[in-house]
Amino acid sequence: MSPQTTRSVSFLSGNIALVEGAIKAGCLFYAGYPITPSTEIAESFARRMPQIGGVYIQMEDEIGSIGAVLGASWAGVKSMTATSGPGFSLMMEHIGLAVMLETPCVIVDVQRGGPSTGLPTLPAQSDVMQARWGSHGTYEIIALSPNSPNEAYMHAIKAFNLSEQYRVPVIILMDECVGHMYEKVKIPTEDQITILSRKTPRNTEHYLPYEPDDDLIPPMAIAGEGFRFHVTGLTHDERGYPIATREAQNKYVLRLSDKIRKNEEKIREVEQFFTDDAEVVVVSFGITSRPALRAVRTARQEGLKAGLIRLVTIWPFPEKTIRDVAQKAKGFVVAEMNYGQIFYEVERCASGKPTILSPNLGGEAHTSDEILTRIRQVT
Amino acid sequence: MQEQEYDAFTKKYFRTDRFPHIWCPGCGLGTAIQAFVKAVEKSGTDQDRIAVVSGIGCTGRAAGYLNFDSFHVLHGRAIPFAVGLKLANPKLNVVVLSGDGDLFAIGGNHFIHAARRNNDILTICVNNFNYGMTGGQLGPTSPLDSITTTSPYGNIEPSFNLPWLAASSGATFVARWTILNVRQLINTTIEALGKRGFRFIEVLSPCPVNFGRRNNLSEGIDELRMYQKHCEVADFSDPRLADIKWEDKIIIGKFVDEEKPVYEEKIELLTQKIRGGKRG
Repeated sequence: MSPQTTRSVSFLSGNIALVEGAIKAGCLFYAGYPITPSTEIAESFARRMPQIGGVYIQMEDEIGSIGAVLGASWAGVKSMTATSGPGFSLMMEHIGLAVMLETPCVIVDVQRGGPSTGLPTLPAQSDVMQARWGSHGTYEIIALSPNSPNEAYMHAIKAFNLSEQYRVPVIILMDECVGHMYEKVKIPTEDQITILSRKTPRNTEHYLPYEPDDDLIPPMAIAGEGFRFHVTGLTHDERGYPIATREAQNKYVLRLSDKIRKNEEKIREVEQFFTDDAEVVVVSFGITSRPALRAVRTARQEGLKAGLIRLVTIWPFPEKTIRDVAQKAKGFVVAEMNYGQIFYEVERCASGKPTILSPNLGGEAHTSDEILTRIRQVT
Repeated sequence: MQEQEYDAFTKKYFRTDRFPHIWCPGCGLGTAIQAFVKAVEKSGTDQDRIAVVSGIGCTGRAAGYLNFDSFHVLHGRAIPFAVGLKLANPKLNVVVLSGDGDLFAIGGNHFIHAARRNNDILTICVNNFNYGMTGGQLGPTSPLDSITTTSPYGNIEPSFNLPWLAASSGATFVARWTILNVRQLINTTIEALGKRGFRFIEVLSPCPVNFGRRNNLSEGIDELRMYQKHCEVADFSDPRLADIKWEDKIIIGKFVDEEKPVYEEKIELLTQKIRGGKRG
């Protein structure tokens, strides 16, 4: 154990807190490629893995990194990688493979300004739709958005749990601000957290790798235990054998989506402030949720009935929360560090209530004044 | 589909419920894959400890027909997947079976780095000089002047010399055979299965339907005759001389066989040093 984790409260950056959280979750494999502003995650794992008996490997690129993560997961080891925009783009095809093979793994994207090389050292939240739709094909994904180093720690555990439970890649959409800010992190004791692991097949006889249980999730065999199973990125049947028909596609891809959609309520996590009587509801996430909360508090002091919905899980999008709040609200302000991504999701669920964007192309977090101005515009 | 009787060996190593396979008449893959499983059998390697990883392409389909834990992953990415698999479970015997386009065009970067690190993986490349599955396009191993659907006037690109690429990247075991040299291929594979580190075997294999017919080798047997005429067995020859050119000698045999520190062992040593104990 490093001195950091023996104290119940530590002072850590978001990136380093996330590493400690992942280790707490049982992560024993990290493959990565250095990229600002996520590099501290690779550096911390390089230092920590030999201490805890895990594996750190620096791969030749981000494609190789996530490929190795998938391989390690199929050997039964909780595995993750971390990157930022350009590397996240390179990982997209493998995210589709992880979805298709139902491979538990965690991918951290410490968002920076884009497109392209963009702003390597400065924040953005512009990979939100990429996280949702970046790989080709129809699929559902889970993405979390921590807004503090403490939450980065907890989200690492949550991400592994969700990914193991639903056999889906889970993305932690951080941003440069949360990745690099130092704050107090409460290290939980064993009884304060739950660690989940994938379900495994009971015996090797008659095992079909893609025969789901009632919860739509199949037990997962691991290599080297005598199952002699086959998995493929091609559309496949319960045996894992490729099958190229519309029926097979329909059956398999529907299940991949439904195992997430039907559990959306269990996966969904939002934090609400003053929404009970709110007329203007700000929707925000990650670092932006912090100036947003300040803006809402200031608005309240000015007598404006403002509230905040902070998306803790971004995907699946918490539609119901927005729809419920839209019943009473007069309008929404969406504050995000891009030119409108979650904005359209909120607008879609806002029951026709006016929804305005507080945009920010990245480089610096919103000021609370910027968001306050938008709140005033709605009222 | 007609019910067929398969012998015990075939049933043991192949998923006969997936037959008939998709490979064309005259294709060398059947022989190449058969040689691999015979090597597994003869070497006494535990079938349940072998994991086969394949990329995309004709050889990529091998994983699906073989009765091991098997992974048919992304185009070009079999090696990084295999790297993770092996590192996470060092008891596995991880074998990458894939084609020349998959391993050396789209996947070339992973190959050279896994060889450099000396990851403990056996990579078998079935080289048919073109992209067969997509109908015979130019690949990184298509010989100069060869006709493919994307080099209709003849290939103007030099091709990779795979033994030299593997050797210079750091592979500890490098060999090349053709599917005509079945016995040697089996023996070399047995040898490779018994070693550690990044091991590479290139298997030259005809693709009469997509490559051969455009290059005066329209029957499978024509390419075998070409091998017979031009191949020269010369163990431990300089891999720089292993270029494949039309109407010139093709060197086959073992090029490299040496011991180097294996990446997985280094991870164990590092853990021992830092943690004072074993992994996990």
